[in-house]
Amino acid sequence: MNKARHNPFNTALMHGALILYTLIALFPVFIILINSFKERRAIFREPMALPNAESFSTIGYETVMRQGDFFLYVQNSLIVTVASLFFILLFGAMAAYALSEYRFRGNMLMGLYLALGIMIPIRIGTVAILEMMVATGLVNTLWALILVYTAQGLPLAVFILSEFMRQVSDDLKNAGRIDGLSEYTIFFRLVLPLVRPAMATVAVFNMIPIWNDLWFPLILAPAEETKTLTLGSQVFIGQFVTDWNAVLSALSMAILPVLILYMIFSRQLIRGLTSGAVK
Amino acid sequence: MTGVTLEKVIKRYGDTQVIHGVDLQIEDGEFCVFVGPSGCGKSTLLRMIAGLEETTDGQIAIGARDVTHMDPAKRGVAMVFQTYALYPHMSVAENMGFGLRMTGHPKAEIDQKVAEASRILKLDEYLKRKPKALSGGQRQRVAIGRAIVRGPEVFLFDEPLSNLDAELRVDMRVEIARLHKEIGATMIYVTHDQVEAMTLADKIVVLRAGRIEQVGSPMELYKDPDNRFVAGFIGSPSMNFLPGTVRGGAVHVAALDRTVPTDVALPADGASVLLGIRPQHLRVSEGGGQIRLDIRERLGGVAYDYLLAPDGTKIIAETRGDEAIPEDTMVQVDFDASDALVFDGKTEQRLR
Repeated sequence: MNKARHNPFNTALMHGALILYTLIALFPVFIILINSFKERRAIFREPMALPNAESFSTIGYETVMRQGDFFLYVQNSLIVTVASLFFILLFGAMAAYALSEYRFRGNMLMGLYLALGIMIPIRIGTVAILEMMVATGLVNTLWALILVYTAQGLPLAVFILSEFMRQVSDDLKNAGRIDGLSEYTIFFRLVLPLVRPAMATVAVFNMIPIWNDLWFPLILAPAEETKTLTLGSQVFIGQFVTDWNAVLSALSMAILPVLILYMIFSRQLIRGLTSGAVK
Repeated sequence: MTGVTLEKVIKRYGDTQVIHGVDLQIEDGEFCVFVGPSGCGKSTLLRMIAGLEETTDGQIAIGARDVTHMDPAKRGVAMVFQTYALYPHMSVAENMGFGLRMTGHPKAEIDQKVAEASRILKLDEYLKRKPKALSGGQRQRVAIGRAIVRGPEVFLFDEPLSNLDAELRVDMRVEIARLHKEIGATMIYVTHDQVEAMTLADKIVVLRAGRIEQVGSPMELYKDPDNRFVAGFIGSPSMNFLPGTVRGGAVHVAALDRTVPTDVALPADGASVLLGIRPQHLRVSEGGGQIRLDIRERLGGVAYDYLLAPDGTKIIAETRGDEAIPEDTMVQVDFDASDALVFDGKTEQRLR
């Protein structure tokens, strides 16, 4: 056992650093939350103060509920995020399995080609993507966003998952082959359950940027019925007047669904890490 | 129940050939052990029989069926892996029944076969557990159970005991021998441990660098090895090889300063040969010799004497007496000339 782990001073220091980091990370969220419950004047006068009897107001939430179609936005965002994650995980895992399991000509090159996508930001191709979407008539549909986000997430997913899949014991797959399982069954029934922690990692990595993205919804699907939550919140930010109550309230509510998704994945992640090795 | 026939089987990885035309006939119900040092191709050969490695050239038949290019599942084999290779997210019962379930057998039949296998292997109380809650020996029993449930024509074992500790290994060895007696199926077993090979096998196949060195029953290989490699590999501690020269129809061994008469066909005078003597055929007695007793290992029933000849040759002798010859004394070494085997100095083939 590591001696440093038992030294109370070190433990205190370690916890201190982690607590400090947590505070820094949570501070903006906290500010948004408290200010979403304050009157407009109170937000500007004392942005750091907690809402009290005098400054408390739910006017922001009321505005959000009244104006725009908040629940439609949430629904759009959820559909886009969940569908994109599903396709990223499905196709990413399949590609990763092929790259890690089968020897074929160009295996190396294919892996490198897929990994290149990590380094090239997809936004560079925005104009071309928009032209493609116009040509295929997908503009202002949720599919446009799902396809783009799937493409954006695949490189990293393939990269991470193929590393993990290489670690799945060959004997296990061979045992499956002798047991008469098809390659698909081996993939879905043996390999996927074993790389679940890696899948959760990939899902978490991809989820937040997709949920928060403003760029592609603005360009590819700005119509009222396909607006995502991030885009929907923008109606309260005007060129001259910004309804801060509404913006902060919308943002506060936007945190919730993604927090729930995160908790689902992170539980998988922890369970996977603690479930013990093959041997 | 069927035997396995290999005909001029060759395996190449790119330009490197690792199995060089192996011919082998394994009879129905036989327990055949592939043995050899690591890297000799014994596991590769087994995996070729299983269908996990493609056969580059030659033919593999199980019974009358040519299975050379068949899928592993269709060959009617079951394999037990060194790493157990249990499905970690399934319980013991699910692990054993998984193969049958995937090939669409009715549930009642699967349950009955799993129950039968768990009775043979005494796994009844563990059926609901996950592999991680089992000890190494139990996991290996589950892996064997998974093989039994499939009711294969041929069982393949790939170093199944290598991951177990010494005591458990002996237990499992007995268990596997009992299993073979009970089921009576053809079994092929790969190991680098010559004790496992000697105790389990009906037929031992000694491999070196992708070639068969000798095939035979354990005692045949022990008593009548074809060459120095087999002689040295089979038997523990391994055989002593003393360099000698042919001198007038007998072998002169410089290390012992002794001329050993022999009735084998010796090469011409002056040719170099090797004299092989097993440690248990050597007799060590105190006093007056040229040979120094370097270290004596006492194991209780027997003792191993590590001897050093004046010319630096190391000799191991097994003694059963418990007379205490102190280390570092000079001793005499004696043996019956009829116990000595003679090998050619260059080709290392046995001279008969």
